[in-house]
Amino acid sequence: MIKADSLTKRFGSFTAIEDVSFAVGRGEIVGFLGPNGAGKSTTMRVLSGVFPPTSGQAQVAGFDVVTQSLEARRHVGYFPERVALYVDMTVREYLNYVASIKGVSRPRRAAAIEQPLAACNLGSVAHRLIGTLSKGYRQRVGIAQALVGDPAVLILDEPTAGLDPEQVAEMRDMINGLRGARTLILSTHILPEVEATCDRVIIINQGRILAVDTPANLNRRLRPVSQIHIELRGGSDAAAELLRAFDGVLDVRIVPGRDPDVMAMAIDVDKERDLRGAIAARLTGAGHELIELRPVNLSLEDIFLNLVTERTVEGTI
Amino acid sequence: MGAMVVCRRELRSFFTSYVAYVLLAIFFVLSGYFFYSDLSFFVLAGGHILPTGLWQYVFLDMRLCALLVLPLLTMRLFSEEKKLGTIELLWTYPVRDGEIIAGKFLAAWLFYIVMLVPTTINMVVLYQYYQFDVPPLLAAYLGMLLIGTSFIACGLFISSLTENQVLSAMGTYGVLVFFWFMTWNEEAVSMRLIGFLQGLSLFDRFFNFSRGVIDTRDIVFFVLFAALFLFFTQLSLNSRKWRGLR
Repeated sequence: MIKADSLTKRFGSFTAIEDVSFAVGRGEIVGFLGPNGAGKSTTMRVLSGVFPPTSGQAQVAGFDVVTQSLEARRHVGYFPERVALYVDMTVREYLNYVASIKGVSRPRRAAAIEQPLAACNLGSVAHRLIGTLSKGYRQRVGIAQALVGDPAVLILDEPTAGLDPEQVAEMRDMINGLRGARTLILSTHILPEVEATCDRVIIINQGRILAVDTPANLNRRLRPVSQIHIELRGGSDAAAELLRAFDGVLDVRIVPGRDPDVMAMAIDVDKERDLRGAIAARLTGAGHELIELRPVNLSLEDIFLNLVTERTVEGTI
Repeated sequence: MGAMVVCRRELRSFFTSYVAYVLLAIFFVLSGYFFYSDLSFFVLAGGHILPTGLWQYVFLDMRLCALLVLPLLTMRLFSEEKKLGTIELLWTYPVRDGEIIAGKFLAAWLFYIVMLVPTTINMVVLYQYYQFDVPPLLAAYLGMLLIGTSFIACGLFISSLTENQVLSAMGTYGVLVFFWFMTWNEEAVSMRLIGFLQGLSLFDRFFNFSRGVIDTRDIVFFVLFAALFLFFTQLSLNSRKWRGLR
């Protein structure tokens, strides 16, 4: 449904994306993962027809985004990173306008906006001015306008950015609800989001694709160890020694604590085993006052770091 | 099709904000005041020929009102969409840039006609007292329509350059006022150059119309002027392809 073939986009001397190639099959949900400025938005804008690539080709629903731009745009619903709506229109008026500009004929227009209204739970605010809606609702209106005209491909640029956790969960459910015949690309810089919704992940950094894989595979590849953070009140080197001797512990580092009398340690453990209970029991058994023990999730930055090192080690991916 | 949708939305947006009504009111009141004072002048000292004694002054003044009001109308056309970011979505819909430009231009143009229509009340009232010759008046209105079209095209272009509406209006004033003043420096410039500049001046071109004279060359000039700025607008929108969105 989507095919990108060595897409490169330059703005003057700045290269936003370089040699980006990937393919997305019908009905697949693919996550674009990368830090801010990695080139996610640029790639998505090229695919949705905002601007053409400097070189390379892309097809959406079988239409070239440059030579058959209008036809390609007819099959894409796009949700921009910066959700910008006409605040002086009501939700229904706005969707009606979107339907007409997408070429939905007048008799079919009313029906064409019912489905997006329902899918995005907007029925109760359909008559309200967009300017009076909360951020969460506006975000949903943004999704709804992408759905108008029932496009085969949806391109969502950071659909959960700026939402509170509850709204993020709702948005995630909504996106899962769109699963089916539609092909969906969404971008994010939050890892769990990709894990929750996507069939495949494309990791992009500094305009280049670093990896394309399933979330599970990436996880396995990119987390060689799991890490636990431990804090002891009045701890001593003895505690560190105790942990070093512990079966399954690979490394123990002493890190700066919050208080002078608190000893903080970051320990790497075998990721196949959950040692948290055993470690806690051993520490308290030895008379240490354990005040904190938590698993450390690898941040996106760590993942990129791992990917970049992996790349240098292997030479290529 | 796409142009009509864009046009409808723009018109809707004009008429749902009070700004449009304020502009209409200012234009109506100012042109009404000028009509009144020009008529007083004509009655006292204008002589007997209506086109050169009255219409000329009325329409030169009305042209000034259009110069004042139209940049305030066109300033938001693209600037607001750029500022809000709504322009990005517009670019992902199946409409050509040309249709977007045509729609916005048409909306401002129709609004301008709505602005001109009430001013005919002055003429209708005058006609009740004095049955003047109507065609010269129509020529003057044609001139108003054409010069307004040029103002709008210019304003639309400037508005596509910036997301700042104040800048958009000021820039339009700058360009239009330049086209007005450029023939004023008669002492310092050779007569040949003045003659050439007069050919390019929106305001000198308007002069014939205001006296009831329709010259095809003037019509062609205004149409070309507007077309040129619409073309510039197209180039300006196109610049996103190598410049990015901001």
